[in-house]
Order: sequence, then C-alpha cells, then structure tokens
Amino acid sequence: MTGTMENDGKKRGPGDENSPAASPSAIKLTDISKSFGPVRANDSVNMEIHAGTIHGIIGENGAGKSTLMSILYGFYEADRGTIEVDGKTVKITSSQAAISVGIGMVHQHFMLIDTFTVLENIILGAETSALLVAGLEEARVKLQALEDEYGLNVDLNVLTGDLPVGEQQRVEILKALYRDARILILDEPTGVLTPQETAQLFKILKALNREGVTIVLITHKLKEIMTITDNVSVMRAGQMVAHRKTANTSAEELAELMVGRKIINEIEKSTGQRGQPALKVEGLTVKSAGAVPLIDDLSFEVCAGEIVGIAGVSGNGQSELLEVLSGIRPFDTGKIFLNGRDVSPQHLCDPKEVRGLKIAHVPEDRHRLGMVTNFSAQESSILGYQDAAVYNSGPFLDLPTINRECRRLMEGFDVRPRLPEIRSANMSGGNQQKLILAREIDKGPEVLLVGQPTRGVDIGAIEFIHGQLIELRKQGCAVLMVSVELDEVMKLSDRILVMFDGRIVAEVAGNKADEKMLGLMMANAHSQLAQAETNA
Amino acid sequence: MEDTFMFAVLTLDATLRVSTPLIFCAMAGLFSERSGIIDISLEGKMLSAAFIAASVAAVTGSAWLALVAAICVASGLALLHGFACITHKGNHVVSGVAINILASGLTVVLGISWFQRGGQTPSLPSSARFMPIEFPFTDALNGTPLLGTIYKELLSGHNILVYLAFLVVPLTWWVVFQTRFGLRLRAVGENPTAVDTAGISVSGLRYRAVLICGLLTGFAGAYLAIAQNAGFVRDMTAGQGYIALAALIFGKWRPFSAFAACLLFGLLDAIAIRLQGVHLAGVGEVPVELIQALPYILTVILLAGFIGKAVAPKAIGQPYLKER
Repeated sequence: MTGTMENDGKKRGPGDENSPAASPSAIKLTDISKSFGPVRANDSVNMEIHAGTIHGIIGENGAGKSTLMSILYGFYEADRGTIEVDGKTVKITSSQAAISVGIGMVHQHFMLIDTFTVLENIILGAETSALLVAGLEEARVKLQALEDEYGLNVDLNVLTGDLPVGEQQRVEILKALYRDARILILDEPTGVLTPQETAQLFKILKALNREGVTIVLITHKLKEIMTITDNVSVMRAGQMVAHRKTANTSAEELAELMVGRKIINEIEKSTGQRGQPALKVEGLTVKSAGAVPLIDDLSFEVCAGEIVGIAGVSGNGQSELLEVLSGIRPFDTGKIFLNGRDVSPQHLCDPKEVRGLKIAHVPEDRHRLGMVTNFSAQESSILGYQDAAVYNSGPFLDLPTINRECRRLMEGFDVRPRLPEIRSANMSGGNQQKLILAREIDKGPEVLLVGQPTRGVDIGAIEFIHGQLIELRKQGCAVLMVSVELDEVMKLSDRILVMFDGRIVAEVAGNKADEKMLGLMMANAHSQLAQAETNA
Repeated sequence: MEDTFMFAVLTLDATLRVSTPLIFCAMAGLFSERSGIIDISLEGKMLSAAFIAASVAAVTGSAWLALVAAICVASGLALLHGFACITHKGNHVVSGVAINILASGLTVVLGISWFQRGGQTPSLPSSARFMPIEFPFTDALNGTPLLGTIYKELLSGHNILVYLAFLVVPLTWWVVFQTRFGLRLRAVGENPTAVDTAGISVSGLRYRAVLICGLLTGFAGAYLAIAQNAGFVRDMTAGQGYIALAALIFGKWRPFSAFAACLLFGLLDAIAIRLQGVHLAGVGEVPVELIQALPYILTVILLAGFIGKAVAPKAIGQPYLKER
C-alpha cells in the first residue's frame, strides 16, 4: 500500500499527492478583475477548480468572493479576464449563458418567490411549454426522478414561503439540478441553517459530489472548509492569496491567510462579578395575528456582570424579545423589570425612556434600526442621543462637537476610515457595527441589549467586538445577547437560553454547552430524545 | 312589481355600460402592477386615447381606425412610462402623475387648435361610432316574461366594446395564471432578482407588461369617446382611471375580484344616474351631488380597511437595480 503511494508520488512529483490533481479542470479563471467605482472588488484573480471536487473559497466579508461567483454566474460582467469551463473559453454575459454551460448557483439570499409553489419556482425561466399546465406536469416527472436520485425530498405542491429555510435551500439546489447544472456554486449556504440542517446539507452535497457534480462552496466559516472541501482558495481584499489542499492545511493557517495576521481566538473568560438582577422578565407574552404567539410566557433574568446569550434559529421570537425590551414593540401580558423600573402592558416604556434607564440597544438589523444609511457617520453616531446636552447648543445641533465626539468614538473603537463625514452606507459592515457599538457603549450603560453582534462582520472586527462585550461585563454591565452564531454564544455567555416557538426551551451554563446539544435544543428535539432515552 | 323589475333591469343595463371602461382599465393596471410597475397613469392614458379616438373618428369617419389610433397613443404613453420607470428607474408615481397632467393639458390644447370648439371634438355621426348590437330574436322573445326583458334590455343592445370588456377578464386570468408569460409576469412583480438569476430579462418582461396595459387603456379611451358618447369633452374620464385602480386594489390584484369591484362601482354609478331627481319617501329629493359622490365615498371607505389587508406584489414600485 505504502509502496504504491510512493510510486505515485514519484510519477507526479511532490506537489501532487492525493490524486484529485489528476482530474481535469471544470473551471479556470484567469486574471479576472472587476471594479465598482473606485472599489476593486476583484483584482487579477486566478483560480482553477477541478472537476468532481468540492472546492471551498474562503475570505472575510467584502473580500470579493461573492463578486467573483456572481461574475462566474453572469450576474456581473468582469472588466477583464477569461473564464474557461471544461477547458473551453466561454463568455458569460448573463445568467442564461452560465446555465447553458452547466453552472448553477444557490444564492445567499434565496431567489425564490414566496407566493409560488415549489414546482412553479423551480421551472421559472426553464418552462418547457408556453402553457403552464403542460410545462408543470413535464417538470414534475423530471423532478421526481431527480429527487429520488439524490435523496432531495421536497413537496412540490406547497407554497415556498411556508417552508423552513433548510427546505427552501433544497428547492434552490433542485432548481439548479433541473437546469442540468454540473457545477454547483453555493454562496454562504449555512448562514441561516441550524447545525442539523447544515449536516443535512453537507450530506446532500457529498451525495451530489459522488454523482460527479463539482461543488464550489463560498463561506467565511473555517470549520466548514475543513469538514467538507477537497481544495480551498483564500481571498483577501479582492485578491486570491493562496490555494491549498484542505488535507495539507489547518484552520489556523487559513485564518491567518484570510486576515493577513495572527488571530487569537481564545478569550480569557474570567467570570465577572455577578451582581443584582438588572433585567427581569416575568410571563411575557406577545400575541401575533395567527394562533401561535410570537413570545409565549417567557421568564428570565439578567444580572449585573453577566452575559446571557439567547440561542435559537432565526424567527423563534428572539427579535421580538429584543424589540419589546428596548421599547419598540408593545406586549400583551406579563411584567418587565428594566433596571429599576416596572413595565407592564398598561404602562409601557418608550425607547427614549428605556435609554434614560441606562439601557443601551444594539439592534439586530443595523441598516433598518441601527443607523440611517444615508446619514453621515457622525449623524449616525448620535442617533438616539441627539437630545443630549453635549450635542446641542440652544435649538441647534453643535456640529463641531458632534464631529469631534464621532472622531473620538472612531479612534476608541478602531472604526475605519476615520472620517466622520463619510456616508454610513459606504462603511463596511464591520465598521458600521463598531460605530453603533461605540455609540451605545460610550454612554456607560448598565444593561446592554445586543442582537447579532457580529452579523456580516469580518474576523478581525469580531475579535474586537467580542473583547468589548467581555470588557463591559467586567465593568458590571448586564448583557443580553441574541445571536444565531452558536460559536459566539458559547464563547461569550455565562448562561445560554435556547428559544423555540417563542418559549425558552432550555437553559445551560456557558461552559457546559456544546454545539450538538444546543443544536438539538434549537430544534426542540432534546426533550423528545431525553424522553426516548428514559423510556428505553 | 313590474316597475321595480324594470327599474332593476335598466339599472343593471346601465351598470354594464358604465363599468366597461373600469374593467378595461383595471385589467390594464393588473398587467402593469403584477409586473411591479405602479400605474397611476391609467387616467391619463385613457383620456389621451379618448381624445385621439374622437379626433380620428371625426376626421376619417371610421370607428375602427379611431380605435387603432387610440391604442397606438395609449401604448406610446405606456412606453413613455416604462422608459421613465424601467430604463431610467424613476419614481413610478411621479412619472404617472406627469403623464396624467400632460394628458389633461395636451388634449385640450390640441382640441382647441384642431377643432376650434373650446376643447371639444365635433359630435360624431353614428357611422363613426361603435353602435349597439341588437341580438336576434329580441322581438320574438319579448312576449316571454322576465327572460324576454332580460334578454332584450340587459344582454342585447350593447356595443361591441362592452362585450369585449367582459371577454378580457377571463382572458386576463388565463394569461396571468395559465401561461408561461403569466408565471414570469407574477414572478417579476414579486422578486425581480429571482427572475434575473433565472436568466430572464426583467426589463423585457416589464416592457411587455406596460405595453399590454397601454393596449387595454386604449380600448377604454375609445369606448368613452366613440361608443358611450359621441365625441370628446375635456376631462371626460373624470377620475375613472383612479376608480379602476381602486377596484384593482380592492380586488387584491386578481382579475375576477377586480372585475367584481368594477361592477360594484359601476352599479353605484348607475344607481346615482337613476336616482337623480327622484323623490324618495321620507327623504325627499336626494341631492344629486351626494349620489354622484357615492362611488368615491365608497372607494375611500373600502380602501380604508373594509377589504382586509391588500397584499400588493412585493416588488411593486421598486426600480430593479443589481445590488451594490
């Protein structure tokens, strides 16, 4: 056995161990460049993807991965460079062209129409007949065969909007296969999935790969690269900085390549000095238009000097909880104790009063609730505090002070570029988030409500933001954090609450949690499991 | 008894006549709005079409030529709206309002300059209009009670455009819900990015939708000027384009529901016409102004919340930009 390997090694030379290099190239990109105004999103990118492999492309947000794949899929046109598919140079000027050479793409934001059935969504744009009924029936037969072949089970007759995200993703994959895709690109496919759904997805991808489908996986999660890919390419700031065989690299090396410097991933997790409850919720219920309440009889407390993490799949009431606590949304029954003030459905507290109680809020959706993207950074940096004496002189805003204060915040929180005049929309996600965090933390809050602290934020900034949250806890602030990133929840939280269907279904100590356990809890499957075990 | 029955039949008969332009316009708006283009310019397109139809009919004496001209002009305006909203990604409402103002002014200016009648067009002879079509056997059936009356007064005796309007509704339904084009049309109004990534041109689809919209408003305008009336009077559409838009929303962007809403508005209008000058027991003479205002009052009340939540196509009014 060893002998053969040595022989192979001699024949192919030292760089080509592990044989996939023998397979022909499915995609070859040469010198691809693309600029958006002054921003060079892709800068002379070269890359080769071998047929029949799973190829990962990793990089921070804004590194140019999605742009590169959008060029490959014909959504954007490259300024320069050539694309070869299966050894032939092709010009991909539209998605139609990409589809016709066998490229399929599952976008980060699904390209589905909620009010259509699964079947209608799949055939859209690839209808075989001008009359719908005939086309639909023809497609149904072909899809049934595809579903059986790859074990992709989706009910074709339900409304797509009613499906959970994991299944919507399967619809997207089916859509690509229906168009005879031999090369499947997936852009950040796991961002919205539970760990179980992710595992399921990877199983599907492996099955597809066995059938000869070449898979390109774009992600910023190192773990996924290490688990599933054969080869990996690393992008940084629009350039391709490295290609590796996954077997020959490590997560540490890839992280360094992505960021361009060493990353310290471990946080000293000194437990803070736990104090009095600063935030208490009793029997909180928020009804919805439908039968199931958004929040259902929720009770918990957060004490000074601790971080409580709320884990859960998006849409299980976490967003609503943050909105209620920050005063944006009224609630139906229950009591809330907000840092010294009792709030009930009859006596609500508006967001301004909430701020007055030294409660800061970093919202989940920074573009909708955290800032006004059309405002300058300095204007965004005073939102919510615009009435504070320091920012005003008489009836007017004190612009020089605001500018100076914004610059100070930018320096303190390493917000780049340090231009208070820049339009908020023109800052990267990480810098926007840091500015919002700076605005809220700078006021010395006693309670911090924070939603998705690092969504769409690159690794370097994540490290910084996590450090700030830990620092706040040290100072005795009570932190309530909602996040879909399990790593983050486990890393930072002293206690973890898991929400499902508007209820807290489990509580675990931060140092006792592991991903599998949390994943099961998030799907509310742990109790059934426990029951099954006791029964057995 | 006989009188009440006759009154009802005649009111329904009038309903058909006044709802015809509403039906054309609502179906026109349905195509446009299902594709994601807000069309507040139904009014302006219909008005321009009416003016051109009356002018061409007055000059050539041919109703069919007039209809063709009306369709051309309305389609031209629809393309203009499309050019502003699709190609240049302008605001749909602003473009629509501009077209309405343009139509309201230009029809009068051109009318004065062409015909010197203070903005009206010459009164048309019957030969230059679409005249009522009498069904066969009306007289033979006249003897039969109820059925005979209904056949003669209600079903028979309308011009061809009325019958066409009633055909357009199932046709619209068929196109929107039973064809490939309809599937794509609905998709582009919900999520244009999905349509783009499926390899279909978003602009192409939307242009086709506004063109169909123009075509149908052309029918509506021609009906007003050379079928229902015998010439063009300034501002003769009198807000019917807006009422049709209200009917479309009231019908939740579905062909048959919008059709029903058009009939309801038409019925109110017909009752208003019938009740003018009539003394009602205990009330006295109903003020004409109040009756004429009824359809509009109903529109406001209905739109203010009696229809439940009207969910518009998701991407309506948003210009399609590739991200970044």
